[in-house]
Amino acid sequence: MKILTLNFLTCARKTCKSSPAAFPLHPRDAELEIVETEFNALFIQNILPRVEWDALKGLCTELGLTNVPPEAPEPKELFDTSIKSAGIDEKEKEPTQLTRDLHNLLLETTIQSGKLVCGNCGHEYAIKEGIANFLLPSHMV
Amino acid sequence: MSRPEDTLPPDLYYNDPVSRQYTTSSRIQKIQAQMTHRALQILNLPPSQSSHILDVGSGSGLSGAILTQRGHTWVGMDISASMLAIALQRGTGALPRKRRKLAQDMEMDVEDGIDDKQSNDEDAGDEEVEDEGEEDEIGDDAPCEGDLLLADIGQALPFRPGTFDAAISISAVQWLCQAESSDENDAPTRRLKRFFEALYVCLKRGGKAVMQFYPRNQKERDMVGTAARRAGFGAGFLVDAEGTKAEKVYLVCSVGGEDVTATIEAMEDVEIEGGAVGAGRGREQKGKFGKGEYKKGSKEWIMRKKERMERKGMVVKKNSKYTGRKRKVAF
Ligand SMILES: [Zn+2]
Repeated sequence: MKILTLNFLTCARKTCKSSPAAFPLHPRDAELEIVETEFNALFIQNILPRVEWDALKGLCTELGLTNVPPEAPEPKELFDTSIKSAGIDEKEKEPTQLTRDLHNLLLETTIQSGKLVCGNCGHEYAIKEGIANFLLPSHMV
Repeated sequence: MSRPEDTLPPDLYYNDPVSRQYTTSSRIQKIQAQMTHRALQILNLPPSQSSHILDVGSGSGLSGAILTQRGHTWVGMDISASMLAIALQRGTGALPRKRRKLAQDMEMDVEDGIDDKQSNDEDAGDEEVEDEGEEDEIGDDAPCEGDLLLADIGQALPFRPGTFDAAISISAVQWLCQAESSDENDAPTRRLKRFFEALYVCLKRGGKAVMQFYPRNQKERDMVGTAARRAGFGAGFLVDAEGTKAEKVYLVCSVGGEDVTATIEAMEDVEIEGGAVGAGRGREQKGKFGKGEYKKGSKEWIMRKKERMERKGMVVKKNSKYTGRKRKVAF
């Protein structure tokens, strides 16, 4: 389970739908693993505006990950805008180190096992082999 | 030939031997890959964009492999733990790599007494698997790149609003038309309602979902289309090879802002059914529709109203291809 996905997951219970405490879910006993994946700056550019930065910072603190920028990076910080690369095609722009760091944090840092706990109802979702179990007993649907 | 969803719920149907057989059948793989390519073609994502995509009923990760190949990041949901386990085996060498090997496995499976015909995907006509296109070579040697959730799409999609640019689903939605138990809360209508409402929320504005599925009859197809529209989607059906053994039904859904019919009409060789509703209508309109299944202001609604007025002897404007279409707002 990627940190990115964790930044989008909420409690699945109907009763938690409208509760702000149901997002983000809180990782417990998490075993982290770096799983390398192809760097894609365009995806970072696309998804960054949808990342809830405060939630991300909270998650990272809970997971013991440091060095997360205090504020969400601006889109213009993702690509090198020096004179050298000015005026060239978007696709050929050079991504910055920040973009690579974001890729590493959001897409390559994964939870292999542990659980996710809802801050509203306390329900625990187990993670095994990187797969979170969101099946609910029928009385919780 | 029995339909899989008539016998068991998917988490039980896709148990270990069936999952493996389903995944290693090269024929099923080819058809699934073709349908995924078709779904992506219908989605028509901006070519320069690298999207965040939900795969509803991601199974063994075959569609996901194609999404990865196209440079997208995806999250898959599936109710079958053994299918998900197979997705995890991608890239580890645990799955057969060559088609010849796949064929052998399939023969072995048949000898083992597994009925090859239990899958809907097997219903497709032979003509579909003749062409040896490059796009069908979906390597089992590539690891599964998407995140996977073990989840029942008829219960909930646990994502915050606007999480995904788009969603695809291959051969999964028909399972929602099954009652999971005799409990009223598990009735197909309830499951469909929860699914489409949650899907609507987790797609971004202007986002689209393309879902291939196997409705067993017209009534079931209508039930799914109605559930999508009631959740607020503009929704229409695209049918390939209609009336043949290889018929494929795609439900095309859009979250506001786009007339689905126009998109489908622009494509060749397709039959359009259902049409689009709710074009340009936003989330704030969700749940507000008139009596019956047609949303107020939709093309269907206008046509119905015109019919009623004509029956009453009133003079109505002649229908044109623009009837009920969204008009641009001029400022
Ligand atoms: Zn909760």
